[in-house]
Amino acid sequence: MLRHEVIIVGGGLAGLRAAIELCDKYDVALISKVYPLRSHSVAAQGGINAALGNNPEGRDDSWEKHMFDTVKGSDFLADQNAVEIMCKDAPRAIYELEHWGCPFSRFPDGSIAQRPFGGAGFPRTCYSADLTGHVLLHTLFERAISKRLKVYSEWYVLSLVSDGSMCHGIVAFDLIRGEIVPILAKATLFATGGYGRVYYYSTNALINTGSGIGIAYKAGVPLKDMEFVQFHPTGLVGTNILMTEACRGEGGYLINRLGERFMERYAPKAMELAPRDIVSRSIQREIEEGRGFDHPLGKCVHLDLRHLGEKKIMERLPGIRRICLDFLGIDPVYEPIPVMPCQHYSMGGIDTNEKAETPLSGFFAAGECACVSVHGANRLGGNSLLETVVFGRIASHSIEAYLSERDVKPDEKLLEEERKKVEKKIERLTGGGKEKPAKIQLELSKIMSQYVGIFRTKDELEFALGKILEAKERYRSVGISSKKKHMNYELMSALELEFMLEVAHTIALGAYLREESRGAHFRRDKEERDDSKWLKHTVMTIDREGNPSVSYKDVVITRYPPEERAY
Amino acid sequence: MKEGEIYTFKIFRYDSFEPEKPPSFQTFKVRVVPGLTVLMVLLRIRDEIDGTLSFRSSCRSAVCGSCAMVINGKIDLACRTQVYKFEDRTIVLEPLPNMEIIKDLVVDMTPFWSAYEKVKPYLMRFSPSPEKEIPQSEEERKRIDQFVNCILCACCYGACPVVSRDPDYLGPHAFAKLERFFSDSRDERPPEELIHLDNVHGLWGCDTVLKCIEACPKDVRPTDSIVSLRKRLLKYRILGKR
Ligand SMILES: Cc1cc2nc3c(=O)[nH]c(=O)nc-3n(C[C@H](O)[C@H](O)[C@H](O)COP(=O)(O)OP(=O)(O)OC[C@H]3O[C@@H](n4cnc5c(N)ncnc54)[C@H](O)[C@@H]3O)c2cc1C
Repeated sequence: MLRHEVIIVGGGLAGLRAAIELCDKYDVALISKVYPLRSHSVAAQGGINAALGNNPEGRDDSWEKHMFDTVKGSDFLADQNAVEIMCKDAPRAIYELEHWGCPFSRFPDGSIAQRPFGGAGFPRTCYSADLTGHVLLHTLFERAISKRLKVYSEWYVLSLVSDGSMCHGIVAFDLIRGEIVPILAKATLFATGGYGRVYYYSTNALINTGSGIGIAYKAGVPLKDMEFVQFHPTGLVGTNILMTEACRGEGGYLINRLGERFMERYAPKAMELAPRDIVSRSIQREIEEGRGFDHPLGKCVHLDLRHLGEKKIMERLPGIRRICLDFLGIDPVYEPIPVMPCQHYSMGGIDTNEKAETPLSGFFAAGECACVSVHGANRLGGNSLLETVVFGRIASHSIEAYLSERDVKPDEKLLEEERKKVEKKIERLTGGGKEKPAKIQLELSKIMSQYVGIFRTKDELEFALGKILEAKERYRSVGISSKKKHMNYELMSALELEFMLEVAHTIALGAYLREESRGAHFRRDKEERDDSKWLKHTVMTIDREGNPSVSYKDVVITRYPPEERAY
Repeated sequence: MKEGEIYTFKIFRYDSFEPEKPPSFQTFKVRVVPGLTVLMVLLRIRDEIDGTLSFRSSCRSAVCGSCAMVINGKIDLACRTQVYKFEDRTIVLEPLPNMEIIKDLVVDMTPFWSAYEKVKPYLMRFSPSPEKEIPQSEEERKRIDQFVNCILCACCYGACPVVSRDPDYLGPHAFAKLERFFSDSRDERPPEELIHLDNVHGLWGCDTVLKCIEACPKDVRPTDSIVSLRKRLLKYRILGKR
């Protein structure tokens, strides 16, 4: 058994940001199932929001305007106290990253460059070409190295140990050695990222299974607003690799088969820079109504950058060009890019308050795995990177407060018991079961993309729920090929699948119950937003039988009362 | 063409937990359609044919640096390598050279990461920070662009002939990273930092045969950084300053 004062699970931006703040003061260990630099944060492209007012066209920007855009973008489901904290803190967070060496792109006056993004009234998205996540993650990791942070790389966390009111640590799996290791801790932070791979069409990394969310849920921690899933308008056909919103921020057009800039029909003012939920639905409509293109790899519309010219594309969107060349063999300087909407971001997640605290004492969550909620029913581009650094830091402060206010005594016995449970699980998975985990996962993800996607109906959601329950049943007879535990990725997939099934279940159930359309949750059978009944968060907790029990919670509204959302 | 063509994949297999079993190549036949990458084939093999195959992967879009390996004799990222571009219908996959093999295509990257940590890969500043950003001109920002793009995938490290004969040699990635900071207008690293690199395991080890440049999937040129750092070192030796 290992012991640390603080365990941080996740080596992406949120986890690293928290670790940097804490590792000077406490015995901190960061655990990640991949080397931290391989975390999904590295793939973020477009940028990070803060009302710096550096752009000549954005001098009048302010945190209040950033807050308003975020709240309106969220379709008024975000908790405004939390949004206020994030938007106010944004400029400080950006300057801090810059002081730590983050190589942001610059304006001619030497200030940090800022570009327009969807749903924002001002150009406030700070960036480094189209590799913003890469530079941010490297900067924070460099900072962590300078502080000699202890990292357990390629360790999978498999369960969270709780006595019902307090968290005692985790049980992890060291993939290289093939050992199950309980780790005792006074405070545990999950910064485990999103669940994109629960969907078939997703822009997310292959490692984004959402297992952290599922592990917390299984340990009795509530999940919030799981039905709100962001679909990004522009994933590449075939691989679904993201074509950043910055393509449109820099002036790119969306074009249908008739050569129309069809956004005119749906958001005549904001056009291509309407929020993502609206643009994704518009593309899906164009495709459904026969105005899309038939690409050999799938139905799509075109993202046209040609009019931006080679120089601008090479300077601002070099990564996008490289991806198009490597993965589709086309050069966006000369050809339009075939794109389709894909799952992209998890608005819902582990239920936390604005201090990154969960109802389980000693257990905290931050970043994409958490639902604070600052994104409500629809996240604005550039706000998620911001959330990771702002709430990663806030989580560290809450952990500090937690540890200084009491003498926490985690219990070894509970960890030992949990270790045995994990051992049993692994025994069962290597016990000759006939179901292949990869097959169940594939089928699950197809159901989610088809029936719990951009447009939803009660009947289809009911069908999806049935299929998910079936898959859960089949999971009982999953078996993998080898009993060897070290470097056994199939075993890891089988273990993570259990949590993916729970995540999928809560998403589909939340969507089934929410009889209205709000942000990214669009019900064809209830097309209007219904504030009288549904201006509230969905909360789900696992019950004794392992079924989700559902309750609702009020939205915090401080400055901006709900109004009609038009762009 | 639509159903794709059958390719033969010969994949290196070895398990360091069973050192008595010699390494071998296992053959898999996979139907390949245009657009399929080497990584997608590997995933399909693991999911559908042989669950025991080990390889690393994450972003599948050539930004995270997980899946570097040797593909038909050439080092590259599996995720950005299209199977169809090979005329030969047989594709051989081997782990990155210059590191111990843990299992199959997974190597122990510990020496690679410790060399990276040795060069103190972080911005060093001693002046007080301004309230807002430290100004940097577009020109100054451009200067570091190439080295900022490094994703630490270890393609260069696997390709480097010096690493293969001298395990104590730091490696191209470490120098590219160090130059990224030395050439950053905001960095105030003392030039003394170069002194412990003034030897054959450091800056003078490089043969300048440019294998690292050839292997880099991100157009970084580590050799350029080594040449530049050598100049910085000489300047410091002669003038006593940065
Ligand atoms: C392609 C793409 C582009 C994006 N671009 C932008 C953008 O331009 N602007 C923006 O604001 N947002 C963007 N986003 C969203 C943003 O990148 C993510 O929301 C954010 O990076 C998440 O960071 P995180 O730290 O919460 O999680 P991640 O970076 O996903 O890190 C999760 C960490 O948890 C670890 N982990 C997970 N489960 C376990 C487990 N069971 N055991 C051990 N370790 C575990 C992983 O190893 C990893 O280190 C983009 C997202 C995508 C998919």
